[in-house]
Amino acid sequence: MLELQNISFHADDKDILKDINLKIDDKFVAVTGPNGSGKSTLLKIIMGIIKPTSGKVIFDGQDITDLPVNERANLGISFAFQQPVRFKGLKVRDLLAIAAGENGASAKVRAYLKAVGLCPMDYLDREINDTLSGGEMKRIEIAMAAARGGKLSLFDEPEAGIDLWSFQSLIEVFENLRNVTNGNILIISHQERILEIADKIIYLKDGQVDRYDESAKVMDELNMRRRGGCDCAFGQKGGSCNG
Amino acid sequence: MDDLEKRMLKEVAELDSLPVGAFNIRSNGKSEARNSTANIQIESRESGDGINVYFKDGTKNESCHIPVIISMTGHKECVYNDFFVGEDCDVTIIAGCGISNCGGHDSQHDGIHTFHIGKNSKVKYIEKHYGEGTGTGKRLMNPTTVVYLEEGSTMDMDTSQIAGINDTYRITKAEIGPDATLIMHDKILTNFDQTAKAEITVDLNGDGSVCDIVSRGVAKGESEQDVIIDISGNAVCKGHAECDSIIMDKGIIVATPKLKATCVDASLIHEAAIGKIAGEQITKLMTLGLNEQEAEQKIIEGFLR
Repeated sequence: MLELQNISFHADDKDILKDINLKIDDKFVAVTGPNGSGKSTLLKIIMGIIKPTSGKVIFDGQDITDLPVNERANLGISFAFQQPVRFKGLKVRDLLAIAAGENGASAKVRAYLKAVGLCPMDYLDREINDTLSGGEMKRIEIAMAAARGGKLSLFDEPEAGIDLWSFQSLIEVFENLRNVTNGNILIISHQERILEIADKIIYLKDGQVDRYDESAKVMDELNMRRRGGCDCAFGQKGGSCNG
Repeated sequence: MDDLEKRMLKEVAELDSLPVGAFNIRSNGKSEARNSTANIQIESRESGDGINVYFKDGTKNESCHIPVIISMTGHKECVYNDFFVGEDCDVTIIAGCGISNCGGHDSQHDGIHTFHIGKNSKVKYIEKHYGEGTGTGKRLMNPTTVVYLEEGSTMDMDTSQIAGINDTYRITKAEIGPDATLIMHDKILTNFDQTAKAEITVDLNGDGSVCDIVSRGVAKGESEQDVIIDISGNAVCKGHAECDSIIMDKGIIVATPKLKATCVDASLIHEAAIGKIAGEQITKLMTLGLNEQEAEQKIIEGFLR
């Protein structure tokens, strides 16, 4: 369904992504890797927020490399930002209504809020401004991407900024999404629990695909690296993992 | 009232038919329809240039509509409306003015509204200004709102000028007594070569007095806005002003805060921000399927809500 052909991205005299080639067909694929490895850039290139320096993005057989963000959205790609955007005056119900393509108070919209642990009565009329905490914003962002549905949902590190107490319910949200969605999910995450429920894991390092395989295999290897004496989670620095 | 005037009425006062409660509908300088109730009395001023509206003590959950329509090119008027709200009231006043000018002469409405709000009363005031028409004559509107709040009273003002007014000079003055509160949300959208000047002056005179002024402006095209918010804290009081603006195209916005404290226990805050629509906001809405123009429209719609 998604194919990245020779994707490179160069900025500020750095090669952020180097000749990425990937074919993604599995339902739930996680992208992980050290900070600065190009994970967010990769997802933004798929959504069209960033234009690659070279290479092609093929979605369902169509070359979408030059399509603007909204046209990709209308082809069925959605995106949940790592740092959700705030709006003065626009309410949660406004954005959910646009995302779901229906009334902002519909049963469907309410269900998405409940699924991320927010009571619709308390939140539908809240403005998406500074009065919402970072954790609340993240949940609303996830609800929006879920409401958008579609063929491919992209999540940029949804767990970032979520407190530990909320984390269990976040895992449940993604487990649930995995079961109910008809589309595919591509999610950036560092959390073992999320990586474990993925079908496959893409491990990015230095702007390149270091591993792309079934979740269990990649997890085994990453764990082996850790047991090998590395002091980081996934061979980020130092130790024997040569990260 | 013809179809045009009915449509304007809908635009400024959201009325499809005559409202329930007290009302005075003014069209091209004449009172088109009027109704007083047991608690709300509307009378013409002796000078004939407006109305006095009296709310009896204890009037609760009642409303008063006073929309103004101008559809005759070249019509100019200066109207004085005074509101005398008794004690312990809880009422809603819906004003609004619509000018449709398809001719070559300027049409103008200058409305001077003065509110005397009695002890412990609550007033919700909604005012919407709107203009339209393809003529070369300008649509001009200069509202002045003067508010006197007695002890324990509250005025919640929601004022807006959303489209079609060439030039406006909006003056708001308030004197706030002990434990009284003024809440004001003012919204202005200008486009083309339109100009808008707004001066909001608040005197917090009583201990426990509060004001919260939020002014939001969007200047498109080559339009200009000049907003001055001036708060004086003369007692144990709290004053907050927020002046937030979006500029687009070649728009110009000047925001001037002025705070003056004459009492050591006065707490006054002013926030002001001017900028273009954040690119990330447009990108976010585009990820939800809107194109760039639709995204901008949605952002402005929310901002001026």
